[in-house]
Amino acid sequence: MGLFTFKGGVHPYEGKELSAEKPVEAIKPGKELVYLLSQHIGAPAKPIVAKGDRVLAGQKIAEAGGFVSAPVHASVSGTVSKIEKRKNATGGYVDAIVVENDGLYESVSFEEADPDKLSREEILNRIREGGVVGMGGAGFPTAVKLSPKDPSVVDHVLVNGSECEPYLTSDYRCMLECPEKIVGGLEIILKLFKPECRGIICIEDNKPKAIEIMRKAVSGKSRMSVAVMKTKYPEGAERCLINAVTGRYVNSRMLPADAGCVVDNIDTVIAVYDAVKYGRPVIDRVFTVSGDAPVNPRNFRVPVGMNYAEIIDAEGGFKSAPEKVISGGPMMGFALYDLDIPVTKTSGAITAFLKDEVSRSKPSACINCGRCVKGCPARLLPCKLADFAEHSDAKSFEEYYGLECVNCGSCSYSCPAKRPLAAEINMMRQTVLANKRKNK
Amino acid sequence: MNEKYQVSVSPHVRDSISTRKIMLFVIIALLPACIVGVVNFGPYALLILCVSVASSVAAEYCYERALKKPVTTGDLSAVVTGLLIGMNMPPQIPWWIPVIGSVFAIVVVKQVFGGLGQNFMNPALGARCFLLISFSSEMTNYAAGRGLTSLVTKVASTTDALSGATPLAYLKTGAHFDLGALFLGNVQGVIGETSAIALLAGGIFLLVMQIIDWKIPVIYLGSFAVLVLITAAARGYSNPLEFTAEELCAGGIMLGAWFMATDYVTSPITPKGQVIYAVFLGVMTWLYRMIGNSSEGVSYAIILANCIVPLIERYTRPRAFGIRKDKRQKEAGKA
Repeated sequence: MGLFTFKGGVHPYEGKELSAEKPVEAIKPGKELVYLLSQHIGAPAKPIVAKGDRVLAGQKIAEAGGFVSAPVHASVSGTVSKIEKRKNATGGYVDAIVVENDGLYESVSFEEADPDKLSREEILNRIREGGVVGMGGAGFPTAVKLSPKDPSVVDHVLVNGSECEPYLTSDYRCMLECPEKIVGGLEIILKLFKPECRGIICIEDNKPKAIEIMRKAVSGKSRMSVAVMKTKYPEGAERCLINAVTGRYVNSRMLPADAGCVVDNIDTVIAVYDAVKYGRPVIDRVFTVSGDAPVNPRNFRVPVGMNYAEIIDAEGGFKSAPEKVISGGPMMGFALYDLDIPVTKTSGAITAFLKDEVSRSKPSACINCGRCVKGCPARLLPCKLADFAEHSDAKSFEEYYGLECVNCGSCSYSCPAKRPLAAEINMMRQTVLANKRKNK
Repeated sequence: MNEKYQVSVSPHVRDSISTRKIMLFVIIALLPACIVGVVNFGPYALLILCVSVASSVAAEYCYERALKKPVTTGDLSAVVTGLLIGMNMPPQIPWWIPVIGSVFAIVVVKQVFGGLGQNFMNPALGARCFLLISFSSEMTNYAAGRGLTSLVTKVASTTDALSGATPLAYLKTGAHFDLGALFLGNVQGVIGETSAIALLAGGIFLLVMQIIDWKIPVIYLGSFAVLVLITAAARGYSNPLEFTAEELCAGGIMLGAWFMATDYVTSPITPKGQVIYAVFLGVMTWLYRMIGNSSEGVSYAIILANCIVPLIERYTRPRAFGIRKDKRQKEAGKA
C-alpha cells in the first residue's frame, strides 16, 4: 500500500533521535505556578478563585468565558497569591492566576465514569469541564470541535500522530507508552458520531515502532485503523492531513467538519480519555526538551503552569548559552527572549539552539527559482505574495489567495535567497483580515 | 535570568541551499561542455571563456561600486553569465568582442533593470543577439583553426564537420550529418554548444541536484522533436527519425534548453506556465529552424519567450489548495 501524502512540503532535519528513546519522566514544579487564562482559542476563562484562596490539584480555578472557551484547573495544591497579567510564549501579557505551591500535592477526588453508559451530552460535558483543548498547538476547545452543527456528516476522525515538527517527540512517546489511552479516547470520540464514522490514527513513516504498537492496539477494533504517512513537513497540518488521508480539500473559510472530518492531536485524545473516563482535567502534558543546546534532551510530563526555566534546570541546563530558545519546534514555534514563561495546555516543547541560523542569513534578491512554490502546501506563489506584502498591495494579495496561507513556514525554509517569506505573508494576511473585520 | 535570546519569526531553520550554491552547481554543470570546447578548439577557446567570465564579473563589480550599491559578485551569477557568453562565442572571435558582450549583458540587460532577479531577458542571450547584430561576420565565422581533432578516432567521417559550415546549415538542406560527431561535439559551432553529450550530462546533473525542473528542458526538446519529425516525414527526408536526432544534437538547442531556457529569472514560476513556455519554445525554434530562412533559432526563440513570461504567469496563476473553480468565479463576481 502506498503512503498517504499531500502535494508540496519540505524535508527539514528531523532531530528526533535526540529525545525519541527517552521515556516520559515525571517532574516536580517549583514554588510558583502561573495559570494563563487564555490557553485556548476563544474567550479567556474567568477566575472563580480570589487572592488568598487555598486550591487543590485538579480544582477548577477559572471557568469557561463563553461558548468557545475552556476552564482552567490548578495542577498543584497551594494558595492563590496573585491574579495579574503574565507574559505568554508569544510575548503578549495576558491575565493569569498565580498559585503558591505548598508542596503537598493534595488533589481533589475525580469522579470516574463508564464511557459506555454516558450519553452524548454527558460525554461532551465531561470533555468541556475537563478543560480539554487542541493540545497540538492551536488550542481549539475540543468539546466545541466535537459538536459540529451537523454531526452526521462526520465520517472520519483523524488522530494526528504525524508529529511533523522537527525535534518534537511527545506524541511519539505517548503512542509508545500509552496506546490503550489513545484507543480508548478515540473510542469515546467515535461514540459521538454515526456508526459508519471511522477513526484513523495517522503516523509518519519515520516512526515504525509507533506504527507497530498502534496497529496492534487497534487490531480487533472494526472502526479503527492506522494510516502510514510519508514523512514530510507539514504532514500534520490539519488541511494537509485531511487531504493526504481522505483526498478531500479544506480551505480557509471551511471547517474540517465541512469535509466530514474531525482532527485531534494524540495528546488531545488522551486528555479526552482521562476527562471522560476518570474525570481528570488537563493539568499536565507531555513535553519535549530538545535541540543542540540542552545537555540531556528528553521528555517530561510537566504540570500546566510550571515555569520554563525550571524545566530546563530539571533537564540539566544548557551546554553553553544558546542563541535561540523556542517554545515549540523550529518550524512553527515562537522564539523566546527569556525563559520566564509558564507551561500551557498547548505548549509541547522547548527547543534550544547554540547558533541561530536565521540571524546569520542575510536576505538577498528573489531569483524566481520556484522552490517556495514547490514547497507550499497551500499551492500559492509565496515569492509573489511577499512582493505584494512589501508593497502593501492588498488587492493582488487576495487575488493570489494570500489568505489561504497556513503559515507553515515551508517557503521561508526553502528560499535560497533567505527571504523571510512566511513572516511577510503572515503579517499581510493579518492586516487584510483585520481590515475585513473593521469594514464589516 | 539575565541572558536574553534572539527573537525572530518562525521558521527558525533554513535549508542549506543558497543563491551562491545554485550558481556554483550551474557552473559545475557547464564545465564538461567547456572542456570539450577547449579540447576541440584549442587554448584560444579557453582564453575566450576566461575573458568572458572576467569581464562579466568586472562589469558587475564596477557598476555596483560606481552606483554605491552592495556588491553582489559573491552570488556567482555574473560568473554564470560570463561563462554562457564565452560558450556562445565562435572559436576564432577577437577577444574584445566577448568583453563588449559581457558589459552589455551585465549593465544593460541585468543591472539597469535592477540587478539579479529583475532582468526580463536572459543576460547572456541578450548579449549574444546584440553581438550577432553588431558584429555579424565575426560572430558567424566558425572556422575551426587549430583545433585538436583527436577527441574521436573516427575523424575520417567527420572531415566535413571541420571544414567550415555548421552542422545546422547542412541539416537545413535536408541532408544528413554524422550523428556520432554531433553527439560527442567534434563539429563546428560556438565554443560551448557542440557536444550534446557533455551538455546533457550537465543538464542531468542539475536535474539530479534538483537545481532545475524537468518540465522546461524535456517539454522544449520534446515538442521541438515532434514538430521536426512531422516536418521531416512530410518533406520526405530519408530517415526522419535520425534527422530529428541530428536536429536535437546540432546547434544551440541543447545548451539553450538545459541552461538558458531554465534560467529562473526569465522563465515562469507557475507549473502550468512552465509547460506553456516550453511548448512555445519548441514551436518557435521549429519555426526558425525548419520554416524560416535561418538555420539557427534557439537564441531568438528563448528571448522571445522571455518577453512573454509575465503574460504567461498572469494567466497561469495556480488555484490555491481547496479553492474550487466555480468558487473562484463567484469571488471574482463579488469583487
